[in-house]
Amino acid sequence: MNVYPFISEILQIAIVLGIAPAFIGWVRMLKCWSQGRTSAGLLQPYRDISKLFAKDVVLAENASWIFRFTPYLVFGTTVLAGGIIPMLSIDLPLSATADVIVLVALFAIARFFTALAGMDIGTAFGGMGSSREMTIASLAEPAMLMAIFTISLAARSTSLSQIVQVIYSGQSVLRPSLAFAFLAFVLISLAETGRIPVDNPATHLELTMIHEAMILEYSGRHLALIEWAGMMKLFLFMSLGAVLFFPWGIDATGSAVGVVLAFVFLLLKLAVSGVILVLIETGLAKMRLFRLTEFLGSAFLMATLGMLAYYILD
Amino acid sequence: MMLDPLNLAGSAIFLLFAMAFLAMFLTGRQRLLNTLSFIAAAAASLAATAAGVWVVGSNIAIQAVMSIGLPDLPFHLRLDPLAGFFMTVVGLLSFIVSVYSLGYVKGIARQRPITRLVIFYALFLAGMFMVILADDALFFLISWEVMAAASYFLVFFEDERVENRRASFLYMVVAHVGAIAILLSFGVMSGLATGFEGFHGYTFDAMRQAQFPSAWATAAFLLAFVGFGAKAGVIPLHVWLPEAHPVAPSNVSALMSGVMLKTAIYGIVRVTFDLIRVFPWWWGTVVLVFGLISAVMGVLYALMQHDLKRLLAYHSVENIGIILIGIGLAMIFRSFNFPLLAALALTAGLYHTLNHAIFKGLLFMGAGSVLHATGERNMEEMGGLIRYMPWTAALFLVGCIAISGLPPFNGFVSEWLTFQAFLLSPSLPSPLMKLLIPMGAALLALTAALAAACFVKAFGVTFLGHWRGHHTPHIHEADWFMRVGMIMAAALCLCFGILPTLVIDWMDTVSGQLVGTRIGESAGAFGWMWLTPVARERASYSGPLVFLVTLSVIVIAYLLLHVRAGSIKRVPLWDCGFEKVTPRMQYTATAFSMPIRRIFGFLFSIREQVRLNPQAPHRAFPRRMHYYLRIRDRFWNWLYKPIVDISFWISRTAGRLQQGRIQAYLIYSFVTIIVLLIFMR
Repeated sequence: MNVYPFISEILQIAIVLGIAPAFIGWVRMLKCWSQGRTSAGLLQPYRDISKLFAKDVVLAENASWIFRFTPYLVFGTTVLAGGIIPMLSIDLPLSATADVIVLVALFAIARFFTALAGMDIGTAFGGMGSSREMTIASLAEPAMLMAIFTISLAARSTSLSQIVQVIYSGQSVLRPSLAFAFLAFVLISLAETGRIPVDNPATHLELTMIHEAMILEYSGRHLALIEWAGMMKLFLFMSLGAVLFFPWGIDATGSAVGVVLAFVFLLLKLAVSGVILVLIETGLAKMRLFRLTEFLGSAFLMATLGMLAYYILD
Repeated sequence: MMLDPLNLAGSAIFLLFAMAFLAMFLTGRQRLLNTLSFIAAAAASLAATAAGVWVVGSNIAIQAVMSIGLPDLPFHLRLDPLAGFFMTVVGLLSFIVSVYSLGYVKGIARQRPITRLVIFYALFLAGMFMVILADDALFFLISWEVMAAASYFLVFFEDERVENRRASFLYMVVAHVGAIAILLSFGVMSGLATGFEGFHGYTFDAMRQAQFPSAWATAAFLLAFVGFGAKAGVIPLHVWLPEAHPVAPSNVSALMSGVMLKTAIYGIVRVTFDLIRVFPWWWGTVVLVFGLISAVMGVLYALMQHDLKRLLAYHSVENIGIILIGIGLAMIFRSFNFPLLAALALTAGLYHTLNHAIFKGLLFMGAGSVLHATGERNMEEMGGLIRYMPWTAALFLVGCIAISGLPPFNGFVSEWLTFQAFLLSPSLPSPLMKLLIPMGAALLALTAALAAACFVKAFGVTFLGHWRGHHTPHIHEADWFMRVGMIMAAALCLCFGILPTLVIDWMDTVSGQLVGTRIGESAGAFGWMWLTPVARERASYSGPLVFLVTLSVIVIAYLLLHVRAGSIKRVPLWDCGFEKVTPRMQYTATAFSMPIRRIFGFLFSIREQVRLNPQAPHRAFPRRMHYYLRIRDRFWNWLYKPIVDISFWISRTAGRLQQGRIQAYLIYSFVTIIVLLIFMR
């Protein structure tokens, strides 16, 4: 039995867990620089998380088990998602357990529970956050699946490993359909990970927050888990975009050198995607909630155009 | 008598009839009646389930002829894999609901006599089993009417309320319009099978052997689709469903929503795949389009509801839509002669049929427990029930996750299979289909996402937060019978979710019977852990691994974080520095769905008014505020109101003939006789 896939699987999960905070640190650092502020450094997210882990938990009197279970579930599904996306190597044992539809559903169940936790305490903030988050999700999810379907039509598979392999082997690079799908994917990633212009991750202002409103009541290790899972989610969306649309450098041979090279490539791609993310975030202002219909509608339109382009042009 | 599945199913029906008969003599002993009848119903359902599982598993078809009924028109019975599958679906949920009813009906029995409920419950179950067993048009329609009439009386059960009487009347009307369409459809088919002179075309066997001219086949199909669609609640024939399901006792709502609608699905599958057999591709498109409309509109209407049972009823419309999507795709694939893909789509549709029965049953049972405990159906008055009813809350949550199509529960698997069927449509030869069918996948994704939003609302408003009502509640948890019923349903949700290969392997004979190909070999090619519908390269899903890996990460994280005993401090709610937070400040169901109402508002007829009390010193400081919101189904105004108005107009106009004077009536008879003499010489 070949042990390489299992090693790269464990490596990959370790990387997702370990590097996700550094990535968010990188994004924040770039943002500070671009706005003329002094940054707290690449390692600040690690310090935040470890501080939160050390703190005691303060719970509202009427918080139920759902409120306490949610951080663990969100963390668990995100780690599993981190094991599914082939970032370093195509040959991952966990990759076959779930295809891209399951991946979307894993993020959906994490969101489902976060929204429930937001309503658990019974404050207006939590309910508002849950309501908005579920509205945005219900518009973003079809667009996300449309973008993914365009790719999976090109690759004739919904299995992530297979998609990456097909695109990597050069059968479908630089197709117009993929370009549209990529644009849609970028827009949806902003919505799904709660970045500007959809949501502002740095705000605690009542009228603008969406994701933060749901997790407002969390503290201590619960908050640490949710924050960490949020960082991993951003990391995963960025690397999903990187492997689906630009799979260069990924290891298809299953050798140690290949994995190391793939890691270096991944870091490079993430660094670049961080720059792009910051450019988008500093260039745009947060949208009004009901303008989001247009934003996500255009994402859906892009994905649909991608699908049309697949039939007409490819 | 040898024990074969048909005898088993027959004895189940016999037991139910016997129970209905016996119940009439037990009116004086209500508690005994309750216990005895629901144990009998549970036993009968279990027998029917066993018969169904047996037939499907061993891939046999058993026929029998019973010479009762009209002379020379005996009843034909047949139990083949398709019937066996639906027998299992109906039997399984009936068993669970019967166990639940042991506890639930005890609560009703304290308030009113339950004899009527018990009799019609037994007849209702018997009717559904007979519909599935029927192998001729006559017996089918008789059983169909037994089922419809029994369920009418069940909806009518609490008849002192006007809304119940209205709802059951509406249900009766739509059911009969549907039954007429089904009758005509069978009439067309049997007439063409043997010619209109003989009577013997009424058996399904004769229809199976007949060749139908395509125009007549289309007529038969469309009539059957309208008839069965009215029963299934396909939009726009759904209006009765959100009226009738909420007002019935909750155990009956569970059965009506969970399995009675499925008999209509059975009818559609039986007529198209088994009786007509050869059909053009556009029939599948019709089914697919109506499925998509029902799915999206059903979930959007559900989002606007704040009556818990009404919300669930609209979700039945949505899920019937999802089932029809699978069946429609199967019809398209089959007419283009892709048997493997047809088998996949059909399996997706039928698997969702099974799943929907289980989780919708669970949800209605949960809603029943809530209703039983609080006497309340309006979510806006509830809240925080998770503290009073921990069991019901946890089990209802399982149902919510399953119906939202989220892993690891069963709803996800069937929606996943439907997505896979959608993604295989590019192999179709027609460019239009290639283009349009993936759009359907987007609508299905929208449906699933909106369903998740809707159930966050339903669970969050009902079970989480604080109690919103005016007086403090005396809420009690459901009793053990009710809990056991719900636990069984929740356990099945999990099992069907993480072990789909075993279920698909079992139900594969149905697609073998209907489209001639099975998917079991490829679906389970990599062992029971892996669901690979077409090929491993195409897509794979391992329910057990997803479940176990997530669970183990959760457990590890939990253990790691509890090595050092960090204390949890319980404090009052953070109130932003104001004096106090009241439960009325929580988000309500109406508030929760407000963004979606605004985005998709054009699909509803909404009237929203905010009135400020004019006595306030300033506009910015109103003393009182009056908020009025009415959301109505547009279909009611578009489709039903004109029909109602026209029928009233006709009856008013015709009513003028009624003078009340004997001379006038004598003149009418005289004129009639003259006219008849002229024309009928």
